[in-house]
Amino acid sequence: MTTLTDPPKEQFRLSMLLYDTRYRSATIQVIALIGFMLLAAWIISNTMQNLAALGKPVEFGFFAEPASYDINQRLIDYTSRDTHLRAAFVGLLNTLVVAVLGCVTATILGVVIGVARLSHNWIVARIMTVYVEMFRNVPVLLWIVFIMAILIETLPAPRAFRGENPEASMMLGDTVAITNRGVYIPEPLFSNTLGDIHLFGDSSLRFNVSLDLMAILVVLGIGIWVSRWIKRRADRIQEQTGDRPVTWWQRTAVIVVPMAILLYLLGFHLGYPELKGFNFKGGTHLRNSLIALWLALSLYTAAFIAEIVRAGILAIPKGQTEAAAALGLRPRRIMRLVILPQALRVIIPPLISNYLNLTKNSSLAIAVGYMDITGTLGGITMNQTGRELECVLLLMLVYLSISLLISAIMNWYNESVKLKER
Amino acid sequence: MKKSVILGAATIAGLAAGAAAAGTMDDVKARGKLNCGVTTGLVGFAAPDANGEWQGFDVAVCRAVAAAVLGDANAVEFVPTTGKTRFTALASGEVDMLARNTTWTFSRDVDLKFEFVGINYYDGQGFMVPKSLGVSSAKELDGATVCIQTGTTTELNLADFFRSNNISYEPVPIETNAEAQQQYLAGACDVYTTDASGLAATRATFENPNDHVLLPEIISKEPLGPLVRHGDNEWGDVVRWTLNALISAEELGITSANIDEMAQGTENPEINRLLGSEGTLGEMLGLDAQWALRAIKAGGNYGEVFAKNIGEDTPIGLARGLNAQWTDGGLLYSPPFR
Repeated sequence: MTTLTDPPKEQFRLSMLLYDTRYRSATIQVIALIGFMLLAAWIISNTMQNLAALGKPVEFGFFAEPASYDINQRLIDYTSRDTHLRAAFVGLLNTLVVAVLGCVTATILGVVIGVARLSHNWIVARIMTVYVEMFRNVPVLLWIVFIMAILIETLPAPRAFRGENPEASMMLGDTVAITNRGVYIPEPLFSNTLGDIHLFGDSSLRFNVSLDLMAILVVLGIGIWVSRWIKRRADRIQEQTGDRPVTWWQRTAVIVVPMAILLYLLGFHLGYPELKGFNFKGGTHLRNSLIALWLALSLYTAAFIAEIVRAGILAIPKGQTEAAAALGLRPRRIMRLVILPQALRVIIPPLISNYLNLTKNSSLAIAVGYMDITGTLGGITMNQTGRELECVLLLMLVYLSISLLISAIMNWYNESVKLKER
Repeated sequence: MKKSVILGAATIAGLAAGAAAAGTMDDVKARGKLNCGVTTGLVGFAAPDANGEWQGFDVAVCRAVAAAVLGDANAVEFVPTTGKTRFTALASGEVDMLARNTTWTFSRDVDLKFEFVGINYYDGQGFMVPKSLGVSSAKELDGATVCIQTGTTTELNLADFFRSNNISYEPVPIETNAEAQQQYLAGACDVYTTDASGLAATRATFENPNDHVLLPEIISKEPLGPLVRHGDNEWGDVVRWTLNALISAEELGITSANIDEMAQGTENPEINRLLGSEGTLGEMLGLDAQWALRAIKAGGNYGEVFAKNIGEDTPIGLARGLNAQWTDGGLLYSPPFR
């Protein structure tokens, strides 16, 4: 009979940290971590000390001082008497505007171009190849400056619209003015406006939310929800009876009719731009700098997105296309119903990095004088207050937050389209 | 690119600040070259000529300092800086001094930790408009689009001027003078505003300078002068007294034509002290006795530098005005060399 005894308990000795492979990697990692933290601490304390020696200790009090400069494009009310914090906020919104506009445009363009590059039409495919190679291989800064130069040099100045026989005239029945200072388009106005909600009182982060816009969004949301409900109902009837009721007019009506009534009640009308004094007044002014930045970033990023889309589509085996064709689907429906949903799984992750790139590239805005957060906080504020370290750190923090936010949203979307493994 | 420059500069400012605070003069001597921050190009003040040689009114200050310290007016490395990058370049030690149409203000002197060593040009902010616009006063500019160099005092003056006169405007921020010129000439802005001297210099480079007018309003005081880092007083003294030497030379009638003769010794003891034939002023500065002699020889006295680069016989055509010697009713007034 054998007796089972526990193996003798091994005593832990200090030398085992180095000689025992079970502990060695942990030891090395701990030492590396300590070293890294010491280095970081040294850099930080050195910086602090030197700044203090220069008489510029790190502090953020300057944010409450009046900014004293004007910003041309502001989505929220701002005057030169507002604080530096307010100016940074205005800049942040400008960054977000160009980032969102850019991402949307780049995605639409990129998908179209990516698909067109795979076209069987030789000319279309070649043209798209030229487009992709042209935009992808020239630095985006050059595109921004180039587009800005074209806008400034080729379009007419506002004074060309003046006089009996003006050299230039407004377009689309005198509603749109294209000048070398930007494009003036009609703006939506409401004569029975519901007013605004004022958030955050009088602080630098005060923000007005338009109730008109909220009402429109709510009615639109309800309309879309009802429309989808009608679609689901039609699906059910189709499954039960085999006949699909005609629903397109119902689905259109539930969105359009309530919206039309709401707009009528709000007294919706358009405000047109008019030449008054030096410039056009009224309407919405899309400044040159915004257009140049938006266009350049979109066109540049679209070239990358096109390649991602092409790669995603090519990743789907040809058999899928052939099988779908064998079932009698037309090429357009094959793309929409069979290929793209599968390709999206390949497309989304690299697409996220391109959105992040576009957002970060928007900091090149200063090249054309677009007042984004780099132009306000990292430009004029930094220059006028001399608080380089504080401003740059905050700027980094802002871009980091925006990027993480985009990543989070896109990862969430990725979860919803990725292959459901059961 | 810009961001990395700023970041790099901020890091260097942090790490190298201790080193940079002491002994700029020793650094310059060891290097054998003066790093001088100038504009990216403003004809008359600082711009490379057809041969790539930097020329101009501000450049002359750099050359005079190099001549005084290093004995060679050409031992200068000109570092072009924009309105935005100039202070970081100086604070980080990338340049030893700035001679870049920089306005002496309280916050720059006290808060940004710089040392303005003097004033080499008394200026004020003006407006330039095309003649065809038919504008005769800046107060008629309601609603105008204004090109403005970002990172400058003019940006703040402009906001104040329009606010206090209760008129609106659309600012178009621009990085360099060249870009401003492009936008202004293309009609993308109605008005270009900067220091009046800068406007005159810019207008001189236009194809048809007479199609453009400077409005009569001067909306600010812009005393322009060279500056160095705060805390290195020896170096600050060298730059300050080099500038004063140029100004005094004009007052005392020392020109590049007669300087060699005067250096032999004159009846006037101040000239003798300045040019080193009497006293030990150079030694007190940590330089040799001929420092001022070389500085003045580099480009002539203040008046000669003015006349050659921006004076009435040049295309820029600026009158001396406030920048005449105090004896002629101007504001130039160098402390005595004693």
